Amino acid sequence: MTTLYEPRYEPWDEARGAEIIAEHAGQEGATLVILHALQEAFGYVPEAAIPMAAQALNLSRAEVHGVFTFYHDFRHKPAGRHVLKLCRAEACQAAGGDALAARAETKLGVSLGNTTADDRVTLEPIYCLGLCATAPSAMLDGRLIGRLDEKRLDALVAEAQR
Amino acid sequence: MSMRIFVSRDAGAVAVGADEVALALEQAAAKRGIAIEIVRTGSRGMYWLEPLVEVATPQGRIAFGPVTETDVPSLLDALASNTPHLLRLGATDEIPWLKRQTRLTFARCGVIDPRSLEDYRAHGGYKGFERALSLGPDAILNEVTASGLRGRGGAGFPTGIKWKTVAQAKADRKFIVCNADEGDSGTFADRMIMEGDPFLVIEGMTTAGITVGATKGYIYIRSEYPHAVEAMNAAIVAARRGGYLGDKIGGSTYSFDMEVRVGAGAYVCGEETSLLESLEGRRGIVRAKPPLPAHHGLFGKPTVINNVLSFAAIPFILAEGAKAYADFGMGRSRGTMPIQLAGNIRHGGLFETAFGVTLGELVDDIGGGTFTGRPVRAVQVGGPLGAYFPRALFDTPFDYEAFAARDGLIGHGGIVVFDDSVDMRRQARFAMEFCAVESCGKCTPCRIGSTRGVETIEKIISGERVHENLALVEDLCNTMKFGSLCALGGFTPYPVLSALKHFREDFAPIPTTLQAAE
Repeated sequence: MTTLYEPRYEPWDEARGAEIIAEHAGQEGATLVILHALQEAFGYVPEAAIPMAAQALNLSRAEVHGVFTFYHDFRHKPAGRHVLKLCRAEACQAAGGDALAARAETKLGVSLGNTTADDRVTLEPIYCLGLCATAPSAMLDGRLIGRLDEKRLDALVAEAQR
Repeated sequence: MSMRIFVSRDAGAVAVGADEVALALEQAAAKRGIAIEIVRTGSRGMYWLEPLVEVATPQGRIAFGPVTETDVPSLLDALASNTPHLLRLGATDEIPWLKRQTRLTFARCGVIDPRSLEDYRAHGGYKGFERALSLGPDAILNEVTASGLRGRGGAGFPTGIKWKTVAQAKADRKFIVCNADEGDSGTFADRMIMEGDPFLVIEGMTTAGITVGATKGYIYIRSEYPHAVEAMNAAIVAARRGGYLGDKIGGSTYSFDMEVRVGAGAYVCGEETSLLESLEGRRGIVRAKPPLPAHHGLFGKPTVINNVLSFAAIPFILAEGAKAYADFGMGRSRGTMPIQLAGNIRHGGLFETAFGVTLGELVDDIGGGTFTGRPVRAVQVGGPLGAYFPRALFDTPFDYEAFAARDGLIGHGGIVVFDDSVDMRRQARFAMEFCAVESCGKCTPCRIGSTRGVETIEKIISGERVHENLALVEDLCNTMKFGSLCALGGFTPYPVLSALKHFREDFAPIPTTLQAAE
């Protein structure tokens, strides 16, 4: 459970990056698998890893960069210490998600998609956690929270700021 | 003998405290010296009652809910002394909301331990597959076709025809791909079945494999579903160990294996050709059709690509026969549909029933209206690309054709309820904005049209030349609808145009001067 809820990342290391890439490069269609594995290890996809992955997959650097930029999940720099994702899709909108998102933005002093100046919290929108019958919902570092209300949100924000 | 207690491990239950309740049960039982065994199941789908706690008795399971950590001590005391408890709901199977459903696909979900192949088998799992093995590919195709099963992802294409096309294709390799990129807001049936009955999906995919001659399968799960990824991975390992994946599966001459691939937050990858691109390790750019994936799919090979719920319907069809499935439903929509009630709703959850139930029954009767207690004003059916329906259309039966006839779609069966505080201009704007953000960028109507759509709706909201801009939005929607390559650009007009048509008063309020003159 701890790995799911409390991400702790390694600092970027070229040899370690090469090892991760080599571990997955043999699979068919490995690009996303490699990008995921890199991000899981380092917390983001270091720019230096892109040409390394490209070489291992016999692709151009531009092709791998293109894949990297297409998907919302991949980060080009580490997120804050905690990542708070608020579901902003229709089911959560219907259940008062708009006001809660605005409240989180005010409390943290950043708009959705940004990290607080002290690098503690990254606040992100997410388009559907599949918890639409217990909306509004959120995810704090991989932990799911449903039936969000002002009180629960405030507690989450406080937890993330610690 | 220890008391068997069932607590869901479904993400929706965990999100409202199921893990904490399970832990509290263990601790409180240990303190009292009561021997208990906690089985973590999937969810029954009654999310307003989660965390739901069930206790095995000689008369069947008795349910309690919604249970919080603080309820646990009194709950255990009541169980130990066999006295009543405030949260007691009675026999689970007798709860009306469950009892009135027809659970063919979700029969085991919430009942069994999703990590246990033995439990799956003990509840009829792999019965369909065993019959499939005895039937052989041609007879399986006949069964699937006769069942009338249509793609549950939203497009509603007959599954039997798709499988037959792949079966007839000649190639050195063929693939089975399961689309578990359930990105539509208001839908969670795929997630529930992957978390609550993952072997069912494996059985369905394996059956497809032996039918069409494919030996490799991929299930592409969105990254927003870490619990489903974990559950499917665990089930695949267990199925392999049990001889249900790998060489000579189930003692037959067939081979089939599969793996999980995880998406990366792109909604468009739920579109089948975009998903295939993504699986191949590329940007999720939509492919033009033809060629169809059935001929030229994953890595250029013939590929069956179906939604989770389509594969999950297969084991029942083969175990009980096509007729048993086709006997349910209406018109050309045969069998059952796992409908998901979501958003601002009192009784939200998974309701599997035969096609034909009306929207009004689903929202007012089964769903119990809004959670806030305010009147229901609009419901969006079928995800971000589905139409908004007003109360006036609540007599629409849940059926592919009936919804299409009213400019809507059932999509993946999600219904999102809004109360009367909804501003339909914002919902229309959101539909365009979502399309703009998620567009793969390949075709102009979707890529540019959605951005212009956001701008134009913003002008309407700010009162700028409202009637001209409304006409412009309608025109733009037509261009997107008929000019886009896939359903993202092609169906975004559904929520927009339905909002304009059924909730016109939100867009163009009658000017106050005219009102005064009347």
